[in-house]
Amino acid sequence: MSTGQSDTEIISRVLKGEHNAYAELVNRYQNYVFTLTLRFIKSREDAEEVSQDIFVKAYRSLADFRGASKFSTWLYTIVNTTCITFLRKKKLEVHSLDNEKVFEVADSQDSGFRANLVEQKSKVNMVTRAIAMLNPDDAEVITLFYKAEQNLEEIGRILGLETNTVKVRLHRARQRLKEKMETYFAEEVRDLN
Amino acid sequence: MSMQQNIENRLWDYIDGTSSVDEKSAIEKLLESNLEWKNKYRELLEVHGLMKSAELEHPSMRFTKNVMEEIAKYHIAPATKTYINKKIIWGIAAFFITLIVGFLIYGFGQIDWSAGNSTTDKYIDLNKIDLRKFFNNTYVNVFMMINVVLGLMLLDRFLANRRKEFRKHV
Repeated sequence: MSTGQSDTEIISRVLKGEHNAYAELVNRYQNYVFTLTLRFIKSREDAEEVSQDIFVKAYRSLADFRGASKFSTWLYTIVNTTCITFLRKKKLEVHSLDNEKVFEVADSQDSGFRANLVEQKSKVNMVTRAIAMLNPDDAEVITLFYKAEQNLEEIGRILGLETNTVKVRLHRARQRLKEKMETYFAEEVRDLN
Repeated sequence: MSMQQNIENRLWDYIDGTSSVDEKSAIEKLLESNLEWKNKYRELLEVHGLMKSAELEHPSMRFTKNVMEEIAKYHIAPATKTYINKKIIWGIAAFFITLIVGFLIYGFGQIDWSAGNSTTDKYIDLNKIDLRKFFNNTYVNVFMMINVVLGLMLLDRFLANRRKEFRKHV
């Protein structure tokens, strides 16, 4: 049930001791947080656990949120650090943008279900699948920009990068997404043109 | 950067609304007159629209309930600024500044300023620099280093205790 209150109003209620009000924030952001987490952690089960952990961390540090940025920007910063820590703990390799191997790894991961992907006719489904195929860095920046309504400056704050670097990263991510779509969804892309 | 890439980057900036006013009008002119730019723009706009339409993933139905059950076990931690004492931060800064200044004064004090005119020498002979003059007693140096490490450990324990006490009160 939505109360129509702003994030800041809900936060001040929680800080005053009305802990149940936090559920409103969880409801509001759970899909965004879960989607972003899933960009890093491909297993839904793990992603859900990490997402819960993110909300618990955010709750415990709520007093540190000073309202200098949007609550969502602050929350996504926790998403970013928690996911990176999780991957480090799991000793999974987080590939940087400049790592050429990213494509090889992504391609090998994707090949298993490539056959099923050909059958995906829906445009929305196609782009959602293509984003999921990207490396975490690319998928995160695209999700933050297009779905989580964060501008370049806010994304910079979340990722700890300069705005210009974010811009370059976004350009590259879009380019790679386009390549993925052309490679794996050639038929659908042709239908679009 | 290839020509194609350059066009794409400029068009993405235009689509995102981050181009300058001059750049914006230049691109608009190109879009009117240049077929290549026009086609590329249409293509990128399609991708842009698709990315906007990408779906969000949904966690399980019990998600909020799970989170609320979990947070019931915890308390909200006090804001960091309430337990970080600025006096302590300044104290640490003063400690290090004093240490550095002390070393510098000691070091400069050991230099023999009357030795030779360096302006006549083109190169400084590194072999002639006697570092032992600066730190001529190993035991003194080791002793100072141990003191510094012990001082830092003590400070760390002090800060940890204060934080613990503060949390108890809250």
